[in-house]
Amino acid sequence: MHFTKQVQDLRVVSNTRLNPRHFVLELLAPEKLPVILPGQFTQVLVEDSPSTFLRRPFSIHSVDISKNTLRLLIQIKGHGTMHLSRLKEGDSLNLIYPLGNTFSLPKTRDVLLVGGGCGVAPLLLLAQFLNQNNVHPTILVGFRTKEEVSEIEEYSKYGRVLLTTDDGTAGEKGLVVDHSIFQKELLSYKKIYCCGPDAMMKAVAKIARMHRVDCEVSLENTMACGFGVCLCCITPTDKGNERVCVEGPVFNINRLKW
Amino acid sequence: MVVPDLSVNIAGLHFKNPVTTASGTFGYGDEFADFMDIGKLGGIFVKAVTGKNRDGNAYPRMAETASGMLNSVGLQNKGVDHFCREIYPRIRDFHTQIIVNVSGSTIEEYVAVAEQINELEKIHAIELNISCPNVKQGGMAFGTIPSMATEVTAEVRKVYKKVLMVKLSPNVTSITDLAKAVVDGGADVVTLINTLLGMAIDSEHRRPFLSTITGGLSGPAIKPVALRMVWQVHKAVNVPIIGLGGIMNATDAIEFILAGASAIQVGTANFIDPTISVKIIDGIETYLNRHKVQSVNSLIGALRTE
Repeated sequence: MHFTKQVQDLRVVSNTRLNPRHFVLELLAPEKLPVILPGQFTQVLVEDSPSTFLRRPFSIHSVDISKNTLRLLIQIKGHGTMHLSRLKEGDSLNLIYPLGNTFSLPKTRDVLLVGGGCGVAPLLLLAQFLNQNNVHPTILVGFRTKEEVSEIEEYSKYGRVLLTTDDGTAGEKGLVVDHSIFQKELLSYKKIYCCGPDAMMKAVAKIARMHRVDCEVSLENTMACGFGVCLCCITPTDKGNERVCVEGPVFNINRLKW
Repeated sequence: MVVPDLSVNIAGLHFKNPVTTASGTFGYGDEFADFMDIGKLGGIFVKAVTGKNRDGNAYPRMAETASGMLNSVGLQNKGVDHFCREIYPRIRDFHTQIIVNVSGSTIEEYVAVAEQINELEKIHAIELNISCPNVKQGGMAFGTIPSMATEVTAEVRKVYKKVLMVKLSPNVTSITDLAKAVVDGGADVVTLINTLLGMAIDSEHRRPFLSTITGGLSGPAIKPVALRMVWQVHKAVNVPIIGLGGIMNATDAIEFILAGASAIQVGTANFIDPTISVKIIDGIETYLNRHKVQSVNSLIGALRTE
């Protein structure tokens, strides 16, 4: 076991398009994968994309130790991610990984995972990790519309899956925070792990506070380096401005100035 | 083939090679220990140190631009006492030159920090940062008005007994006037350039990308400006120059040396490839071999203009 951060060329094993906006890259490491914990991320070098000067951070979506591969769930947003979406089997991709901290192990079995859009990315690895620790979480995922609903079978391996879509074409209609699970008088969960757009995480944090449920969120601030030296991705915490790439990306909501 | 000599002497200080890392892009060095052997570098310029703790500017502090990036970090650091107590002991034994970037808002603050750093046995030089564009008071003002640049350099010179380097701002009409001003104040070395003041706008939201609206531009976008300034300063003053601004590879580094830099700093490139500085050292050696040049010293300012 080693925890050393590395800069490494990985090989694309597969590039699977989930829907028009999202795809999953499976990458094979040239050496034995380092220990990767849920919540950790990688900085990906996008070559031959002139407008993509800096690396792009992505959560590690899942890890398959038997195949020595890791997977990244990526949303096409700009030139860099468009370029990555066109990678083919056998192509090489340079990563710095594993970066950042990790979700904590819960002291309870009553665990709820909440993910919105591409924010579901780190929750699959977290769900795997929880299962290995005999925790079977409820997994609430939100998408824009039915066509974007994906990987439900994957999540179902690790716990009960609940679903929302903005337009109501699958699951409950509305945003994840509109799901009926949050409407119950007493929330039966003792721990929430959440990742998604800021506004969604803030809304979940508000509900968690109201019900006195412990809650961790994974932030996604713009970053230059990803390993703690540029001080660009900071977020205000109870200890001052902390780096999302090193002290985070996972923070307990009690530590954030939300 | 004879192994070429990469070592350079800068104001009496020995650097095993001309490749160093720029302040604010290399932390305190130990953040790179997973990626490379720090001892291979000529030197490291550690993150800016100020008199007291500074929280820096609000998020967002960074915007990617064409061939570069803007930042407005604002000298976030825990202050000189913390540096001497917590940071120095863990970096003092790196097998490379460690230079502390000293920043402040007032002459008194610069002097106080320099005085404390002067006591650190393994630190043989400071780099006076009179060019940060991202602090409201002081910072760049000292670097844009020649008389103020002379004054702050001279005041620090009185208390700092080792090698005094001064980092110049490119946000001036005449870089040579500023270089001469700090040399008049007692600078042993000039470092240039710091970031160029710039701005990026999000047209969809009609908002600036940075919380501070403007910020410092770095990366390959500024390299031609930096090369021009190094060349002008090389012709204007008689102190060694450490050059930086958009160096991404060994060829870029050689260009700065030809323009007159005795050493170079790798900055923004560290964010993209944390091992790049070591690759640049290897690349300089390859260049020397290919051109049958015995020592990197014979390339300093060796631009052919005839």
